[in-house]
Amino acid sequence: MNRFLILIFALITCVHAKEINFNQDIRPILSDRCFHCHGPDKHDRKKKLRLDIAEGDDGAYRVRRGKHGILPGDLEKSTVWQRIITDDEDDIMPPIDSHKKPLNDKEKALIKQWIEEGAKYEDFWAFVPAKKVQPKVSNKNWGNGEIDQYILSILEKNQHSPSEEADKRTLIRRLSFDLTGLPPTREEIKQFLSDSSDKAYENLVDRLIAKPQYGEHMTKYWLDLVRFADTNGRHHDHYRDMTPYRDWVIKSFNENLPYDDFIRYQVAGDLYEKPTQDQLVASGFNRLHLIIDKGTAPPEESLTRNVIDRVTAVGTAFMGLTVQCAVCHDHKYDPITQKDFFSLYAFFNNFDGGAETGGRKGGDFKKGLQKPYIYLKDESVGAAAEINPYWIWKQAKVKTEKANFKKLFKLKSKPKKALLQATCDNDFSLKINGQQVAHSKEWHKPVKKDVASYLKEGENEIIVEAGNVGGLGGFIMLLRGENFHVISDDSWLAQTPGADWHSAVQLHPHGVDPWKSVIETVPEDNRRAAMIMKERKDIRPAHILLRGEYDKLGEVVERNTPGFLPPLKKQGDIASRMDLANWLVNDHPLTARIAVNRFWQQLFGVGLVKTSEDFGAQGEVPSHPKLLDYLTVSFEESSWDVKALMKKIVLSKTYRQSSKASQEEFKSDAENRLLARGSRFRMDSEMIRDQILFNSGLLSNKMYGRSVKPAQPDGLWKAVTMPYSYPKTYTADTGEATRRRSVYTFWKRGMPPPQMSIMNAPEREACIARRERTNTPLQALLLMNEPEFFKMQGLLAQKLLADTQLSDSERIQKIYEQLTSQLLSEYREKILLDLLNTLKAKYKKMPKEAKETCLSLGINSASNEVDLASWAMLVNTLYSLDTMKTRE
Amino acid sequence: MTMFKQKLSRRNFLKQSALGLGATSFGGFNSQLLAGAQLGTHHKAKAKRVIFLFMAGGQSQLDLFDYKPQLNKLFNTKLPPSVSNGQRVTQMTKGKEQLIQPSKFKFSQHGQSGTWMSELLPHLSKQVDDMCIIKSMHTKSINHDPGKTMFCTGDEMPGKPSMGSWLSHGLPSMNKDLPGFIVMPSAFWSGGTGNVQALYSRLWGNGFLPSKYQGTALQAAGDPVLFLSNPKGVSPEIRRASLDSLSKLNDNDYRIIGDPEIQTSIAQQELAFRMQSSVPELTDLSHESKATMALYGPEVEKQGSFARNCLLARRMAERGVRFIQLFHRGWDHHSGLPGKIKGQCYDVDQASAGLIQDLKQRGMLEDTLVVSVGEFGRTVYGQGKLNRDNYGRDHHPRCFSAWMAGGGIKAGLSYGQTDDFSYNVVENPVSVADFHATMLWQLGIDHTRLTVPFQGLDQKLTGVDPCDVINNIIA
Repeated sequence: MNRFLILIFALITCVHAKEINFNQDIRPILSDRCFHCHGPDKHDRKKKLRLDIAEGDDGAYRVRRGKHGILPGDLEKSTVWQRIITDDEDDIMPPIDSHKKPLNDKEKALIKQWIEEGAKYEDFWAFVPAKKVQPKVSNKNWGNGEIDQYILSILEKNQHSPSEEADKRTLIRRLSFDLTGLPPTREEIKQFLSDSSDKAYENLVDRLIAKPQYGEHMTKYWLDLVRFADTNGRHHDHYRDMTPYRDWVIKSFNENLPYDDFIRYQVAGDLYEKPTQDQLVASGFNRLHLIIDKGTAPPEESLTRNVIDRVTAVGTAFMGLTVQCAVCHDHKYDPITQKDFFSLYAFFNNFDGGAETGGRKGGDFKKGLQKPYIYLKDESVGAAAEINPYWIWKQAKVKTEKANFKKLFKLKSKPKKALLQATCDNDFSLKINGQQVAHSKEWHKPVKKDVASYLKEGENEIIVEAGNVGGLGGFIMLLRGENFHVISDDSWLAQTPGADWHSAVQLHPHGVDPWKSVIETVPEDNRRAAMIMKERKDIRPAHILLRGEYDKLGEVVERNTPGFLPPLKKQGDIASRMDLANWLVNDHPLTARIAVNRFWQQLFGVGLVKTSEDFGAQGEVPSHPKLLDYLTVSFEESSWDVKALMKKIVLSKTYRQSSKASQEEFKSDAENRLLARGSRFRMDSEMIRDQILFNSGLLSNKMYGRSVKPAQPDGLWKAVTMPYSYPKTYTADTGEATRRRSVYTFWKRGMPPPQMSIMNAPEREACIARRERTNTPLQALLLMNEPEFFKMQGLLAQKLLADTQLSDSERIQKIYEQLTSQLLSEYREKILLDLLNTLKAKYKKMPKEAKETCLSLGINSASNEVDLASWAMLVNTLYSLDTMKTRE
Repeated sequence: MTMFKQKLSRRNFLKQSALGLGATSFGGFNSQLLAGAQLGTHHKAKAKRVIFLFMAGGQSQLDLFDYKPQLNKLFNTKLPPSVSNGQRVTQMTKGKEQLIQPSKFKFSQHGQSGTWMSELLPHLSKQVDDMCIIKSMHTKSINHDPGKTMFCTGDEMPGKPSMGSWLSHGLPSMNKDLPGFIVMPSAFWSGGTGNVQALYSRLWGNGFLPSKYQGTALQAAGDPVLFLSNPKGVSPEIRRASLDSLSKLNDNDYRIIGDPEIQTSIAQQELAFRMQSSVPELTDLSHESKATMALYGPEVEKQGSFARNCLLARRMAERGVRFIQLFHRGWDHHSGLPGKIKGQCYDVDQASAGLIQDLKQRGMLEDTLVVSVGEFGRTVYGQGKLNRDNYGRDHHPRCFSAWMAGGGIKAGLSYGQTDDFSYNVVENPVSVADFHATMLWQLGIDHTRLTVPFQGLDQKLTGVDPCDVINNIIA
């Protein structure tokens, strides 16, 4: 992946004849061409020579049968060099039959110089802790902080200079999309343009970062990384509700939860001493893997797959390493042994839950739930509040006897609805305000009754006469209205009939044996639950699996982190996931690096390390190593403050550059790795759909909740589902649910929403750290013809025409600015006016088409069909502009 | 409608920049792929295209291709443990007795080659001299999802590019107006609905390759290509007017901004416009002769049928679509196999035979490779209550049958052998990777050289385990 970068650095090196940097210049070449047979994997190692390290019996400097691998400073005696330059087809390295690309002249020159200068090895850059190193620049007039200095120093080395700052309209559009995923409104643009203070830009950044849409936007990227979806992804591909996790991610970004805690909660939230609901929900990270339903695969195989998937996710999302390459054998390029992999595996194989999803019986299946899970109590993640009453009695030990209870409570008004649920083991009768309301002798059949008519404004009284037989018993009650509830607890009074009243005793909370959950503590339909991670009591042993096969058990391994990385610090005798989580944020040299790199990638289109999923030897070396280290260290120093990091980056002059450049510049640095200009890249699918809804004024600002199903073409699911898949066919929602932000769209792994997948959204079956961006005819068709998009365009047309004061020119200017955030040039205005007139003329001649177009727009009857159809097509045309789908 | 002199596709552009500017250019993702792999053919291709008939669910080789007359005497006897030899079984038959279930169907020899075929396949039986039947296929997977993922992407774990996307990546497009990789799942099947396994878009996905290489799934109803049709009321004339202005605006942006990606957008919008006529032309069967339609059988009249998809596959092959993949589900016959398999064979037998004949008549069979295979085979031991006439069979990865026709493959050949129980391969084993390697070879590709670096590995369709082209079946 890194050839071009190597080459460019190679060129820089040659031009300046500077000192060779092993990590930047040499290791990538050796890794790509040599490590497969002369690397960390001992099984495939040839000639007892490894070139990833210098020392040791097999190291590059070793002497075997009188031959040096590499003799520093001596090309003649360095066999490695002799084998590279030989003409003998049988001897040349890399061997011809390896199909590895031969070394080119520049690569050879680099290796030659490196050996001549002493063949100095350095620790792999990514495994060395980051440290701040000041950049050297000659131009002191550009930039407003460290980031710019680092960028400038590389620009200067390449004889480039930065571009000027983008205009304010471009900047506000860029910032709005980058920080909230949505365009600015015309009013916001106006406000920003008229704010001429020094702080105008920074204030705008602060305003945007404070919006709740910020968290939704940041979460979109995170969901790809952790392969969040709404189905199992295997076999039947059944429904699976992980949305509380998604909501927690949104909330965490908005509340700016420190990123180290963000990781800790996900890896080990369940292991806090008294975990909060958030910590438990976050631990659902460990439940996001694909999972098969019962009855097809051997359960041991399913368990193994799940754990490998879990570890792979930790590797990609938090470690920046392809640990999964060491499932079957030692890693070919990074020093991760198979044992290292299974030592990580040992942290995650002790899950206290099924390895396969259960049958269809019971309530869990249709709710997409699988134990263990918790019911949500917090309104802020969208759940209806759960209220738990207590089993009460007049004293702690229950006997065969009678007991009376009394509760007084006030109501602000007479309720319209009030659901009473009550039961007693063994019998009870209940009066409200003196009137007999309910009685029952069967504890397992609680009374359920609307008792609103018995209640009144002001003071109310409940009196209960209860009876018990035997040593087990109690009374329990929940009365719930729209904005009040009364539960049985120790605020009640109790008496032996005829004796004094005293406080009732709480025997147990609702839900315990033998009665379990007899009462609906949350209205059935609204009850949301979050699947969580839970540790088994007895630790399940972990084995190395020979060749990675689930039924070929090798030696037992202890929980541990890879041997080449800093050691794990254990809190107890046995290492826990919490120890691992702490190790990730305290000791692992890559955790912060890969995080800042991904945030950078989000803002510039490409990371400083392009292979944001792999920082190992086969990953790309950073384009700006010192900048990456600087950002990493400052991120850690800021207590992992994500908002501060985002702000720091967008405040830089580097970020603010104009993305305009000459064609030659686009050619010579197509991906803008040098950052001599602002980045320009296609927006992701969510931004494209959301802006269409937003511009039409219909985007719902509702946050959180279960995933929603906006319309999609018929038959897509049917073509892939099984007869008993649940759900089997796609039934689109109606109303507000169809206008939610795309981060809330239902994601079936077997068939993701086409509006997303056509625009490069991944299936969410594997952890993806970066989406690719293609440009295809199917994307063009989507923007031209998607029926829901078209209806949104019709709405805009209606709004434009509703303002009868405006001329066509003014309308075009208005809509152009609204959609693109830019002012319309005269040249472009003329093109659009011509188009409008052409459309009007054509539709006038084709009234049937005009009518049909209006129907397609969702407009059933209109007096001005020709105008509506023409304007809608004009808007439709604007949406296909390259600049509308591109973040400038 | 070329409005621009420098109309350059992104790919061409990158090729030029990569070659022209060489080492001085910072390459894009695509250009790196171009640089990393050795694209184009590695040797002279015998096949230009592939029609891949995927029998999803796992066909019973015992009832279709792999004739085992000696089993009749062994009905209801235990499978010798020396045969199964500790083989993993599915959850469905784990711990149960393995009792032998012979096929109830008659086999006879056909053609000059004398190939044994089941009475379930009367039409294909007439084409045996054009076919090569491989009886020694084997795979790792014992369950559908990993099995299909393995066959379609070369790996059981999701995330790898599919066969067709590798080809779209490795070989140049043969038709600028159509996608190079089209997928057609049957909309219905005759073997009952109880045996239908799920499909996943990953089976035709691009994995880590650019998504322009992913398969385009043709829809059985509505627009054959998603969002192909203009909204009702928007005539081609209106769309043309819109696109003409759009191109001017985009070109104006290109002049101001300088990003060649804008030109790609213009080119793709034009291609989209051309697809609006090329795809309907492709799916319009009104000019097919009665005789041609008849080759595929009566089901060809129905939208979404396997037969119609076979005919569409031929039309795509004619128009230069490189990889055409049909999915026919419903072969997972754990019970009631004899009845259900009849229905399935009704769907595919005449249609596949018709496809071979149609291609042959047009002189296209020689450079079109037709293959038919599922994710695994089925067990010799029965599932459910044993009965000579009604039985089921479980999944069986250790041996199964496939067939190939055309594309430079030896015709009239039966290749490979299984033991007397159709349980283990005893001669000329063919792994899924061998199968892939052979398919690529016929297309002019050395499977070891079509690689892309990803996650630290030079990834290839055939994976990391050793495999080989099956030279003995190549004509």
